[in-house]
Amino acid sequence: MDSSVIERIIDKHHGEAGSLIQILLDIQNELRWLPGAALEMVAEKLQVPMSRIQHTVTFYKAFSLVPKGRHEINLCMGTACHVRGATRILEMIETVTGLQPGETDADMKFSLDTVNCLGCCAIGPVMEIDEQHLGKLVPDRTAALLKKYD
Amino acid sequence: MINSLTELEQFRQGILSKKDPDGIRVSVCAGAGCLASGAGKIIAALNEEIEKQGMQDRVLVKGTGCPGFCERGPIVVIDPDEICYLQVKPKDVAAIVSKTLKEKKLIDRLLYAGPGKDEKTVREADIPFYKNQERNIIGNNIKIDPKCIDDYLALDGYSALAKVLFQMAPEQVVDEVKKSNLRGRGGGGFPTGIKWDAARNAPGDTKYVIVNADEGDPGAFMDRAVLEGNPHSILEGLIIGAYAIGAHEGYVYVRQEYPLALENVGIAIRQAEEYGLLGSNILGSGFDFKVKVHRGAGAFVCGEETALLLSLEGKPGEPRARPPFPATRGLWGKPTNINNVETWANIPLIVNNGADWFNQFGTGKSKGTKIFSLVGKIKNTGLVEVPMGVTLRDIVYKIGDGIPGGKKFKAVQTGGPAGGCIPEEHLDIAVDYDELAKVGAIMGSGGMIVMDEDTCMVDVARYFINFLAQESCGKCSPCREGLKQMQRILTNITEGNGKEGDIELLEELAMSTGSASLCALGRTAPNPVLSTIRYFRHEYEAHIREKRCPSYSCEKLVSYYIDPQACTACLLCLKNCATDAISGSRGQIHVIDQAKCTRCRSCYDVCPPHYGAVLRFSGESVPEPIPVERRTLVEKSKAI
Repeated sequence: MDSSVIERIIDKHHGEAGSLIQILLDIQNELRWLPGAALEMVAEKLQVPMSRIQHTVTFYKAFSLVPKGRHEINLCMGTACHVRGATRILEMIETVTGLQPGETDADMKFSLDTVNCLGCCAIGPVMEIDEQHLGKLVPDRTAALLKKYD
Repeated sequence: MINSLTELEQFRQGILSKKDPDGIRVSVCAGAGCLASGAGKIIAALNEEIEKQGMQDRVLVKGTGCPGFCERGPIVVIDPDEICYLQVKPKDVAAIVSKTLKEKKLIDRLLYAGPGKDEKTVREADIPFYKNQERNIIGNNIKIDPKCIDDYLALDGYSALAKVLFQMAPEQVVDEVKKSNLRGRGGGGFPTGIKWDAARNAPGDTKYVIVNADEGDPGAFMDRAVLEGNPHSILEGLIIGAYAIGAHEGYVYVRQEYPLALENVGIAIRQAEEYGLLGSNILGSGFDFKVKVHRGAGAFVCGEETALLLSLEGKPGEPRARPPFPATRGLWGKPTNINNVETWANIPLIVNNGADWFNQFGTGKSKGTKIFSLVGKIKNTGLVEVPMGVTLRDIVYKIGDGIPGGKKFKAVQTGGPAGGCIPEEHLDIAVDYDELAKVGAIMGSGGMIVMDEDTCMVDVARYFINFLAQESCGKCSPCREGLKQMQRILTNITEGNGKEGDIELLEELAMSTGSASLCALGRTAPNPVLSTIRYFRHEYEAHIREKRCPSYSCEKLVSYYIDPQACTACLLCLKNCATDAISGSRGQIHVIDQAKCTRCRSCYDVCPPHYGAVLRFSGESVPEPIPVERRTLVEKSKAI
């Protein structure tokens, strides 16, 4: 972990404890997860107890305490996608990747997460892989789509 | 820097005079929905093609806000003729440029087609989806490039702010908002003017105003469309509110799951600062106001105002008891006024047109228009803005064009996860705060999810309770434990493990969770359970008593079976089965191995309707598979 990255982010927010969430979001966006060493640096620089940082990073869903795989799958479980069969898509993704939501596989290929709503209900059920939206999913096509990634 | 009212008007005239009156303007919806279906490629292709055909001096291409017709995106509107092309693909671009832009000819296949095949609609405003709306707030989205403040100024933007700063005292502004009877659009429905008054009258020199853009209801994206598509309308409302209340600092709290909204709001703030519409001495009036953006880190409960405030202070968003209300003790303990995106966007309209104008829309106690996100089993998915009081039937059938695939309507769910399901018998109610409450639902922030005969209402209740259980912050036990127990019972029922007494127990848990919880999340949580029991009790009973899901939706209660009489051994289901649960070959009748089947329904979906060989069973056992020796397909004619 490059500690200058963390320092730069903390400086950008003037080292204010009130900006804790914003600082953690910036680190998450930069490193794609929150390593323990980074959290310790934040605690020290902002003079915020580690317990509060732990409380915060486990409270908000945007934070990940484990590294993410090369391809991040975000499957929409919004209501519109749900009534259009998102659960069946989830089960198919679980079958193909062997992952449960929140997990990353051993060779760091996929990370699977479900999200509350991607807001493109017209093309639901929809998932986002590496920031690309794949819509109008049906189980068998989803399985075929996932096989294209390496 | 614009330093006075006169300078603002001169500047506006400057923008307008620079517009080429004969110029062609091509607007492409660049909202998140259309971008997901490829709008970015259309914009790039248009620019390239226009240059190739040497038309760049006469044609202006703009990526704009979302006009709401997500179902038919990407959407392209060509002005001045208002030609509306739908579901445009990159390969259509060359024809759009050479035919429509150059030769003024229409491309039929891209126009909206009515029920009759030859009925084509050219103008956006004539398409039934739009024609039956009253688009006071989102109507401007397609006319504005949200990254360009001049586009907003060209449409009289910031004239309401100028009017307030130079012609109205803060009390007058509060009075006008009170007279408009505007109620909070985020879900609470509290009168905005009264809220403003409380914050204005609260003692203290430092006060805050906040835009609550933590839109977390699944299936709802009204606020995102305004944030992405017309961010200056929200900022203008916010500055007016700050002036009325006496605040000099404000925040826009946007969930980080909306990257485009964050980007566009950030750009809008910077441009407004450069123009002197934000910052010190706004328009030379002596009024100071600055705005910061705060990204939400993904917690549904932060839409609740006391949780949102804690989150703004950098802490976990766990709601606290009210009173004291934020109007007296809010951010950092100071008086704070929080309104939802759509509420703020209404303010410039009320200031410019007057409270009487606003009162002409809507019903007795619910005035103005409301944006709904119409999604689910509906032909026209999209954003719909209608005056309060329009019937649900009109929204679903006139604007939404009904249910796709010839299916039967079952219910509309309104109000987000804590809303209620409204059955067909109440489709004629007028949609406003009070009428929705009477049938056990709520207005909420404006989510409207349409459900058809394939949707299981017990599963819907389980889905929402599951959502709320995951999002409950855990601070108060009625919400934390009540939701958990309801979740357990509902899961049991949908998996075939329900028992007599479960419905009554659910009702009891729902009542106690609703009356004893600390914040709105727990207090409204019973709605999905109680409204589905109220209108669809028979579905609960079928699950519990007969282990049957009448909608064939609850996987554990449904099995699939291939009818040997109807199977033509076409291999279609076999090829589409991801778990290789189907055996057979060409000439060999296909058979599902029930042990391997994951009930994904692919076989049922792909089997051509005229064969209809895949049958569903629920509440009864699947017939034994046909013996191996009888699986060879016999030609029907020979068999007779």
